Amino acid sequence: MLRVEGLSVRYGPLEAVRGVSFHLREGEALAVIGPNGAGKTSLLRGLLGLARTEGRVALDGEVLVRRSPEDLLRRGLVLVPEGRALFPGLSVEDNLRLGGFLRFRKGEDLRPDLARVYGLFPRLKERRGQLAGTLSGGEQQMLAIGRALMARPRLLLLDEPSLGLAPLMVREIYRILAALKGEGVTLLVVEQNAKVALELADRGLVLEAGEVALEGSAKELWQNPKVVEAYLGLKREVGEG
Amino acid sequence: MDATILGFLLLDGLQNGVIYGLLAIAMVLVFAVTRVILVPIGELLMFAPLSLVWLLEGKVPGTLWLALALGLVWAGLARGRGAWGPLLGALGLSALFFLALFLKPLAYVAAVLLVVYLGVATYRVFFQPLREATVLSLLIMAVGLHVAYQGLGLVFFGPEQFRPEPLLKGEVVVGLSWQGVLVLLFALLSVLALYGFFRFSLYGKALLAAAESRLGARLTGISPEEAGMVAFGIASLLAGLSGLLLAPLINAAYFMGFMLGLKGFVAAILGGLASYPVAFLGALLVGFFESFTSFFASAYKEALVFLLLVPALFYQSLRARAVEE
Repeated sequence: MLRVEGLSVRYGPLEAVRGVSFHLREGEALAVIGPNGAGKTSLLRGLLGLARTEGRVALDGEVLVRRSPEDLLRRGLVLVPEGRALFPGLSVEDNLRLGGFLRFRKGEDLRPDLARVYGLFPRLKERRGQLAGTLSGGEQQMLAIGRALMARPRLLLLDEPSLGLAPLMVREIYRILAALKGEGVTLLVVEQNAKVALELADRGLVLEAGEVALEGSAKELWQNPKVVEAYLGLKREVGEG
Repeated sequence: MDATILGFLLLDGLQNGVIYGLLAIAMVLVFAVTRVILVPIGELLMFAPLSLVWLLEGKVPGTLWLALALGLVWAGLARGRGAWGPLLGALGLSALFFLALFLKPLAYVAAVLLVVYLGVATYRVFFQPLREATVLSLLIMAVGLHVAYQGLGLVFFGPEQFRPEPLLKGEVVVGLSWQGVLVLLFALLSVLALYGFFRFSLYGKALLAAAESRLGARLTGISPEEAGMVAFGIASLLAGLSGLLLAPLINAAYFMGFMLGLKGFVAAILGGLASYPVAFLGALLVGFFESFTSFFASAYKEALVFLLLVPALFYQSLRARAVEE
């Protein structure tokens, strides 16, 4: 479905991502793990055309030269960014409906999708009229994922969905992601919390200093002593705090 | 001061205040969506009645050429399929002006649409390419355009003042003309329409969303460029209609926009360039303040109005947080 070859992301003289290649099959979940500053977020930004890049990105066999979030959204690629980028002064329901804005413009009915998101996140339904800015961190993350789902993504990209959340909330978010995967949504999760990400994912990619340090099935990475020591051993400090 | 004079002053303040209010709302909207402080809104306002006067006299106003020139640049910037919008708009506008030379009532529509087209083109040509620039660069551009458009107003329409015929003649009571009632009704309807647009339509919410989070807007497919054009379009529409309705009451001339825009700006600042209702109430305050000072200390009228800025800015500075650009 998605094939990335030799992707580099540059901020001025600084090269945050260097020649990263990977691919994603339909319905698969890929975890990109690595320490802070490894280039995980830059990788997503480059993928979406939010930063200057070199290399090839192909979706369904078609090479995407000039990428923009709007363009990729039309092709079913939706990002849940770090920091969530919600609309804090608008209600929960308005945030969700705006997630389906492009489909709304095409005259599609958003109500079934709204019902589906409320089914996945009953908490959001309870707070539908509340301003997004007044939600707790976990609820905001739910809202960010819910808003992305309103666009009916084929490929959902998530940047640090567990960041700053309590362990219970992290489990809740990942339970929903697993359910989405079960429905056939392809997932790319960028995560410092390697444990939860590898539990969800089929395959994993370890990024270090902007390069792919390790790649393999989630199972292999689980058993790799280096990963265990560097990332899984730190699980108490990372992301779950 | 007796009750009659008090009534006059209140009516006068209300009539001017609602127009400042609409301009203030337009400025808050444009600032929220694009970070542009729309200083030339007064010039957009001024173009409407003066273009109307020219059309009613059977002359083609220079503003049309300005609009067409900007439209061509816009089409050039848009390239490809995006160029059709401005080109068709320019064609439609020219056709409308041609018809308006013979069919007088069309002149009103033509004058307003001209201002809307000019406003949107101004955004697309001058501000959209600067979208990553700082608020200061955008402000410098806005002030430059204000000076340029005012100068062009002088070139197109000369230094004379004009008083177009009011749409409704006569007075309801002494001191309140039917045209004044029309201004008040228009302001009320505009506020209701804007409220409805932002409260109930998803397009309106998308515009608010673009103002709240740029990244969020891009990720949900709300184009910042389109949001900017819509915000400028709404602002120009309010300015153009205000100009047409106000001109029979206060005379139209190339310099009329400056003071109106500046007072709208004072009101917008009272609302912190962020709150629509506070901006509107601030505008009413400016209107009343102005009418009362013109009675008690007419020589200092304008100075006292702008003095209002000092406590407003002082208050804003007290509650200001660090702003990220």
